[in-house]
Amino acid sequence: MHKYILKRILMLIPVIFGVSLLVFCIMNVASGDVTAVMGAEELDAQQLYELKESLGLNDPLLVRYVKYMWNLITKGDLGTGYISKEPVMSLFLNRFPNTLKLALGSTLVCVILSIPLGIYSAVHHGSIADNVAMVGALLGLSIPNFWLGLVLIVIFALRLGWLPSEGAVGFKSIILPAITIGTGFMASMTRVTRSSMLDVIRSDYLRTARAKGAPERQVIYKHALKNALIPIITSIGETFATALGGAVVTEAVFSWPGVGRLIIDSIRSRDTMVVVGCIIMKTIVISVILLIVDILYAFVDPRIKSHYARARKAKIDE
Amino acid sequence: MNKEYVLEIEDLTVEYVVEGEVTQAVTDLNLKVEAGTTVGLVGETGAGKTTTALAALRLVPDPPGTIRSGRILVCGQDIMKLSQKQLYNVRGQDISMIFQDPMTSLNPVETVGDQITESIMLHEKLKRPQAWEKALEMLELVGIPRTRAMEYPHQFSGGMRQRVVIAIALACNPKMLIADEPTTALDVTIQAQVLDMMKKLRDQFNMGMILITHDLGIVAEICDEVAVMYAGRIVEMGTLDEVFNHTRHPYTEGLFNSLPNIKNREAKLQPIPGLMPDPTDLPVGCAFAPRCRYATEACKAAQPAAHHFSDTHFAACTAYEDPSFRIERSKDRE
Ligand SMILES: Nc1ncnc2c1ncn2[C@@H]1O[C@H](COP(=O)(O)OP(=O)(O)OP(=O)(O)O)[C@@H](O)[C@H]1O
Ligand SMILES: [Mg+2]
Repeated sequence: MHKYILKRILMLIPVIFGVSLLVFCIMNVASGDVTAVMGAEELDAQQLYELKESLGLNDPLLVRYVKYMWNLITKGDLGTGYISKEPVMSLFLNRFPNTLKLALGSTLVCVILSIPLGIYSAVHHGSIADNVAMVGALLGLSIPNFWLGLVLIVIFALRLGWLPSEGAVGFKSIILPAITIGTGFMASMTRVTRSSMLDVIRSDYLRTARAKGAPERQVIYKHALKNALIPIITSIGETFATALGGAVVTEAVFSWPGVGRLIIDSIRSRDTMVVVGCIIMKTIVISVILLIVDILYAFVDPRIKSHYARARKAKIDE
Repeated sequence: MNKEYVLEIEDLTVEYVVEGEVTQAVTDLNLKVEAGTTVGLVGETGAGKTTTALAALRLVPDPPGTIRSGRILVCGQDIMKLSQKQLYNVRGQDISMIFQDPMTSLNPVETVGDQITESIMLHEKLKRPQAWEKALEMLELVGIPRTRAMEYPHQFSGGMRQRVVIAIALACNPKMLIADEPTTALDVTIQAQVLDMMKKLRDQFNMGMILITHDLGIVAEICDEVAVMYAGRIVEMGTLDEVFNHTRHPYTEGLFNSLPNIKNREAKLQPIPGLMPDPTDLPVGCAFAPRCRYATEACKAAQPAAHHFSDTHFAACTAYEDPSFRIERSKDRE
């Protein structure tokens, strides 16, 4: 078991370095000369050189990357924003709790809607209700988030006045953006739930459970769901990771002060340092979440767990 | 004589409808099982044995299956009339079932101990620790050390899994047990052990039992009565002695002739020619007629009536309209 976890953690390292190298190079090359937006026209050559030197821009890109990662690993330092002049790490950490809250909220909305819907569809496989549910879930996918967000704002904030339309103050403010993002992920999670439930729903052990006298609810929610859980957990993990990574549009619609908006604002002001730092941090967070999902498998399915236990035992025996 | 029947099936008809096509799985089936006795249910694959068993627990998968008609009494209760909730109480407590394949009939993500405990907690008002303790006793009863209760099915061999399945089925001392080919998936030595154990437990709990099998040797060993099924109907039924030694139905005869003869190895195997008719398109007359060497035009015209040879023995065969008719096998013996 520990070996399994360790293996997964080790696999994280190349992923993080690969992604960060990519992001670092692309962003730095693509955003061109940052000194241009810092009023460089008015400087003479000597002053420009000094400015670049102070920003560390005179080194080759790879050297800058190594220095950057070294600072990140040893000091948790993501550099200082070119424009905002604030440490990127503290900018990120300021915004990250909001993004996390919204991602949790939208994943929760998605789970609450999708899993019962998927189970219902599987149990009533082929019925009209099944088809309606599947089409309904697809609707969630095909409605663009910005549009759904605006409609929700119009109805619940402007017309009814029940919920705030912007900001991140209090529990109420998270409801509309969470619904907007959560319903977008519904299609995939409902489908995954339905198909993995369908895989187990005709299995012999459910018949055994019924023959014991287990009520249908228990048969479905205990025996079937537990066996269908691995793909569902994967889907939940991916939904959460995606919600963390890509709620940019929805954050903008609801003026939600999250990392997504920080990135957008920084791209606008061409503050490459902030953009790179935020994306790298997100990558790390998302990788860790996917790692946790992988580890959860082993707890859900004893066969995976004992597979690794056995592998370890075999090693010891050698 | 006052017989206590734990299972009575009357005129059971079960159909499966798949894409508009109707499979007649069981037709007008009558079967009674007395407490403490075992009825062997034999017949070729597709004869409707499993379907009959599932119907007795009202577990025929619906869709595609429907119980078209029939009355099923479990310990005197008409289970067709019970509510879902009452049905949950009957299953596992009054009637239990052991399924064909032990490799797939246990839940892979729960420990075997938990699976037995669940069964106990569903029917007995026990707290979890007491139920768990009782589950451990059941495990020992079927010959598995209690220390293995925390293990998962994939850590068990086929024979051990079947023992666990039996422990689950017997956890609440049901009065009726249906064992659907409980030993087919096991190797021969384990088969004998499992059968022995089932026999012992049947006597210990005074259960009624239906044993579904292809293996006439097993039937000879533990059954009191034998019912031979063909294309959804019981074609011959009687005590073990009657069916084995005074065989009447040509199909039963065919079954015996297709067995390897241990005493006379020179004797040729005589498999029954042809195949069972398509259950979506059963003939008007006797379904066995196309394969039967005694068949006449009369056989194809109408369903054969049951001819009784004793209180307990009957065969559904038109040939016995002629009182002097005897099949080959009985001629040798009588
Ligand atoms: N779920 C189902 N859907 C459609 N048809 C079915 C279903 N289950 C059984 N049948 C059909 O009903 C008939 C009887 O099947 P059943 O399983 O009762 O036979 P069996 O005697 O138990 O055979 P075996 O010895 O192979 O277990 C067969 O023709 C089979 O194809
Ligand atoms: Mg069967």
